Amino acid sequence: MSHIIDRRKNDRGKSTGNRQKFLKRVENQIKRAIPDILSQESIKDTKSGGSVKVPVRGLEEPHFRHDPKTGKKYIVQPGNDKFSEGDRVPKPKSGEGSGRGKGSNSPQVTEDEFTVVLSREEFLKYFFDDLALPHMVKKLMESTESFSMRRAGYTRDSVPSRLNIKTSYQQSLGRQLALRGVFEKKLKGLEEQLAKTRKKAEREALELEMERVRRQANTIPFFEDIDLRYNNFERVPIPVTSAVMFCIMDVSASMGQHEKDIAKRFFTLLYIFLTRQYKNVELVFIRHHTEAREVSEEEFFNSRESGGTVVAPSLKLVDKIMRERYDESWNVYCCQASDGDVWSKQDALECKNLVLETILPSIQFMAYIEISNKERESDLWQAYKRISNDDDFAIRHVYEPYEIWPVFQGLFRKRSETTK
Amino acid sequence: MTDIEKYRTLFCNPNWDGETLEAADEVISRIGKEYLKLKTYPNQIEVVTSEQMLDAYSLTGLPTSYPHWKFGKDFVLNQNNYTKGRMGLSYELVINSNPCISYNMENNSTCMMLLVIAHACQGHNAFFANNYMFLDWTSADSIVDYMSFAREYILRCEEEYGEEEVERVLDAAHALMHHGVDKYKKPSKVSAKEENERLKKLTLIKRENYNELWRTLPSMPDVQETSTSDDYRFPKEPEENLLYFIEKYAPALPPWKREIIRIVRKVAQYFYPQGATKVMNEGFATFTHYHIINRMFDEGYVNDGFMLEFLKSHSSVLYQPEYKSKFYSGLNPYTLGFNIFMDIKRICQNPTAEDKQWFPDLIGKDWLEQVHYVMENFRDDSFILQYLSPKVIRDMRLFTVVDCEYEDEYEIGAIHNERGYRRVREHLSNQYDRASLVPNIQVTKVDLHRTSKLHLTHYIQKDRRLDASSAKDTLDHIRFLWGFPVELHSKNKLGINETSFEVK
Repeated sequence: MSHIIDRRKNDRGKSTGNRQKFLKRVENQIKRAIPDILSQESIKDTKSGGSVKVPVRGLEEPHFRHDPKTGKKYIVQPGNDKFSEGDRVPKPKSGEGSGRGKGSNSPQVTEDEFTVVLSREEFLKYFFDDLALPHMVKKLMESTESFSMRRAGYTRDSVPSRLNIKTSYQQSLGRQLALRGVFEKKLKGLEEQLAKTRKKAEREALELEMERVRRQANTIPFFEDIDLRYNNFERVPIPVTSAVMFCIMDVSASMGQHEKDIAKRFFTLLYIFLTRQYKNVELVFIRHHTEAREVSEEEFFNSRESGGTVVAPSLKLVDKIMRERYDESWNVYCCQASDGDVWSKQDALECKNLVLETILPSIQFMAYIEISNKERESDLWQAYKRISNDDDFAIRHVYEPYEIWPVFQGLFRKRSETTK
Repeated sequence: MTDIEKYRTLFCNPNWDGETLEAADEVISRIGKEYLKLKTYPNQIEVVTSEQMLDAYSLTGLPTSYPHWKFGKDFVLNQNNYTKGRMGLSYELVINSNPCISYNMENNSTCMMLLVIAHACQGHNAFFANNYMFLDWTSADSIVDYMSFAREYILRCEEEYGEEEVERVLDAAHALMHHGVDKYKKPSKVSAKEENERLKKLTLIKRENYNELWRTLPSMPDVQETSTSDDYRFPKEPEENLLYFIEKYAPALPPWKREIIRIVRKVAQYFYPQGATKVMNEGFATFTHYHIINRMFDEGYVNDGFMLEFLKSHSSVLYQPEYKSKFYSGLNPYTLGFNIFMDIKRICQNPTAEDKQWFPDLIGKDWLEQVHYVMENFRDDSFILQYLSPKVIRDMRLFTVVDCEYEDEYEIGAIHNERGYRRVREHLSNQYDRASLVPNIQVTKVDLHRTSKLHLTHYIQKDRRLDASSAKDTLDHIRFLWGFPVELHSKNKLGINETSFEVK
C-alpha cells in the first residue's frame, strides 16, 4: 500500500525560480552594497570564486498583528524553581530584554542578520550590470577590422589563380556540345541537298561548303572566356573574442603598499570585466622604475623594488610587445597605475607623445589612474590631461579603496550611443 | 521467527537501503494498525537530500506551489541558517494529502528512519486522516492537484498580465492570509424549492401559534425608518474573512485577480488546521512512534543498541529547556502534547484520587479508545483546556507570568499548586487560541452609494492594540485590492473608537 520513492536523483534547484524572484526584489540593495564589498574584501576573494554576502532589509511582509507591548498577557512557562503566586519580578529594561515574558514560540531571525549569498556568476552580473567599456559594444557588433574570407559560389571574373577547373570544364563541355550540334545539323542539311542535286557545279559548291562546316566543327575552341569560372570569396566579419590587457605599474620607492593595493584592485576589476566580455583574455604585466620589465603576475604585485621613476620605457615596451605578439585581431586594453612622480618633465612629455602617437591608435582603451592624495597635479597627470578624452583614454585620481568603484563606473559607464 | 530475525538484522544495521525502508514500513504499518488501531491514508515515503528538504521547507511541504518571491526568501533564509549551522533540518516533513506524502532525510540512520516512519507515516498521517479540523477544513484528496492548478494559473497570469502586477496581487493577498480563513462553515445556499418549503413551514408554524393577544401590543413607532436604513446597510452581517469578502465584493477587480485571491485563500484555509493543532499533532505523533518502536522491541524486531539510539533521539525531541535556560524559546509542543497524551493513558490505567476528581470520565476507560477520541475531536486550545492534568502541570512545573503594559514588574499569576492548576490551564489554553494571536478584524460596512469606502473594525481584546506601522502597510495592500478608500477603526469593549487608520 505504501509507496517508497527515492527522490535523491531528482532535479535539484526547485527553488531557483523563486530565489531569482527574491533576488530581483532586493536587486537595488545588492547593487548599493557592491562598493562596500569591493572595499572590504580582498581582491583574491573577488577573483577566485566563492560567494558574496549581501545584507538586505525591508523584506517584511506586513500583516495585522498585535503590538507586543500592549495589553495584559498571561504567559505560561515551564520549570518554575522559585516563584510563588503573587511574586513580583522587575521587567528587564526596555530594549535589551532577556526574552523572558515575551512568550514567543518562534524565534525570528531579525533582518539585520539576513544576508543573501550570491554565487560568483550572480555577483558579476550585478557588478557589471550598467557598465560597458567604451566602444566595446560597437566594436563587438561591427567588428569591421577583422574579416575572414569564406567561399561563396563562383564568379566569371577574377584572377587566374582562383580558376576553378572542374566547373570551367563543365561549362566548356556544354558549350562544345551545343555548338557541335549546330554544325552537325547544318552538315546534315547540306548532305541532303548533295544527294538531291546532280549538277556538278552545285555539288562542288556544296562539298566545299561541307568541308568548311566540318572544319569549323573541328575547331570549336576547348576553352573560351565565357566558360571560365572562378572561385568566389566573400569577406565575412568575425567577432573578436580575444583581448589582451596590459597592466603597467610604477614600482618605484614612492609606491607604498597602500598604493600597490589600490592598483591591484583596479587591475583586477578590469580583468574580471574583460573575462566577462571576451572568451580569451591575456594579461601582460609590466612594471617599471627607471627601466621597464615584463614580469609574472606574482612578481608584479608582490616583489618590491626601489629607485627613481621613468615612465616612458614601459610604454615603449607595451608597443613592442603589442607589435610582436598581438596582431590586429586582438582587442588591446591598457591600464596604467602610478603615483604620478616622474623623473623629469621631459619624461612626462615623452609619455604623452607615445600614448598619443603609438599606443592609442592601435588599442581599444587606455586608463590611467593616479594613486595619490597630493593637492598638486603631477607632471604626468598634467601631460596626460591634455590628451585624455574619456572616450579611449581616461585618467582618474584615486586614493582610498572606496574610491575605486566610482572611478571604475565613471571610466566604463555604458554610454547610450555605443549601445544604439 | 526467522522472519523476525531477518528484519532484526536489517533494522540493526545502521546503514539502510530500499529493502530496509520497505520492511520498516511494513512492520510499522502493521503495528500501527493492529496495536494502535490507526486509520491512515496510504503513505508515499520520499527519501530526499538536504537540498531537496530545503526546497520542501520553503513550500511548507507542498510538492508544488505557485511562484512567488516569498518562497525564495524563505529558501534563502533557511539555506543561510542551515549552512551556517544555526539551524538543523528536521528529520522528516509530512503533508496532509492523500496519499500522505512524507519527506525523509537521506542522512538519517536506520533507527531515525524507523522513528520517522512511525512518527510521520503513522502518527501524523492518522492525525490528518481523523482529526475533525482536518476533515472539516481541508481536502487531502485534492490539495496536490489544486496546487498544480494554482501554479499553472499564476504562471499564465504572469504571462498575460505581467509578473509585477501578479506579484502585487499576491503580496496584497498574502498580507491578509491570516484573515482569509473561515472558522465557521458558511451556510450553503438554499435552492428555490428548499426556500419555498421553509417559508411554507414558517407560515404553518405562525398559523399554529397564532394568538389574538399579540395584536394588542403597541407597535414600535419608527420601525419603518430603521428597517429602510438597514436595507442600505451592506454587508448585513459583519464578515471576518477579509479575503473572501474582497474576492466576492471588491467593486472593480478583474476576474483573474479574484481567482488569485481565491487561490491564496484556499491555501490559507488548508494550513489553518495545522496552526490550530500543533501541540496535538506533534504530541500524538510522538506518542505513536514511542508506542510503535517500543512494541517492535517487545516483539523482537530491534535490539538493545537500537533502543538506546532511539531513546536518545526520542528524549532530545522532547527536550524542554526551563524558562531561565539560554536555550529556552517557549514551550516545546512535542513535549507538551506527548505529556498530555501519556497522562491520558495513565489516568485510564492507574488513576489516583486526584485524577478521579479531575477526570471522572476517563476512569476505567480503555486508554486507546480515549486517546483516539481526543485525537479526533479536539484542537490545541480545547485539548489543553480539557486534558492538561495537575500532574503534567506539576511535572513540567508550569507557571504563569502576568505581563501588564502599565506595570514595571511582572507578576506571577499562578503556579503548580492546588490554587493554580485551573488558572494555569486556562492561561495556557488561551495562549494557543488563535484569537489571542490574530487580531479580530471584520468588515463592518461598505459605503455603497458614494465612495465605495470599505470600513473595517478591529475589536480590541484584552487591551491588545494593533501594531501601527504594520497595520498601515496592510491597509495599503487592502486599498490596492479593494480599489477604493479603506478605513480601520479599533474599538474597545465599550464600542468606542480608540485609534483609526485610513487610506484614501
